[in-house]
Amino acid sequence: MAEHLLDAKGLNCPLPILKAKKMLKDVPAGETLRILATDPGSVADFQAFCRTTGNELVESKQEGGTYNFLIKRLS
Amino acid sequence: MSSSESNNAKTMTIIVTKGTLDWAYPPFILATTAAAMGVDVTMFFTFYGLPLLLKKLDLEVAPLGNPAMKMPMMGTHMAMPNLIGMLPGMTAGATTMMKNLIKKKGVASIEELRQAAIDSDVKMIACQMTMDLFEYKLEDMIEGPTLGGAATYMEKALKSDINLFI
Repeated sequence: MAEHLLDAKGLNCPLPILKAKKMLKDVPAGETLRILATDPGSVADFQAFCRTTGNELVESKQEGGTYNFLIKRLS
Repeated sequence: MSSSESNNAKTMTIIVTKGTLDWAYPPFILATTAAAMGVDVTMFFTFYGLPLLLKKLDLEVAPLGNPAMKMPMMGTHMAMPNLIGMLPGMTAGATTMMKNLIKKKGVASIEELRQAAIDSDVKMIACQMTMDLFEYKLEDMIEGPTLGGAATYMEKALKSDINLFI
């Protein structure tokens, strides 16, 4: 299964969400999008985004100063 | 599913009344984020918010009369006394300082957010009365906004889940 990647490091609210939404449109249902970000607010925001849009936040972790999210497009 | 594909999407309206560099952010941030979350968004631009639809944006922020505007400086935060803020060039200086911070912190420009709003099908209404009052011409505005008045806004607002006045 192909994994799509969005590097949103250095971007601030709401750009990581806007760019993720834009990329998710081209991710086929069932496939995943990995997002790298440095905005600490993106942790809560990607949870809220996924709950609201019906996508699955498979993974949310922090490595050094980078946040790493994996979103699975459900529909 | 994007909002345009869905018939039962949540809806939001925002009345945009302020056009300074700082106050231009909340409406565009909320509009673009809501659209990204599948919300059908309408923005109504009136009074000083209307110039945010001009093709060429020239937004400024004034420290005068704004004691809450404390800029990070030399490890602390500093507000500008009104007596200094009123001097010529202080508004331009504060604007440059704010724009530098925006760039440095990876915050989107208003132009960028406005384009994102257009790209995500956010509907924009330009207040006809304000156009007349301040003598703006439709040809000076970006493509996309429709003209309307209070009744046009109210029709949207009455059916909307969220209505904000900014």
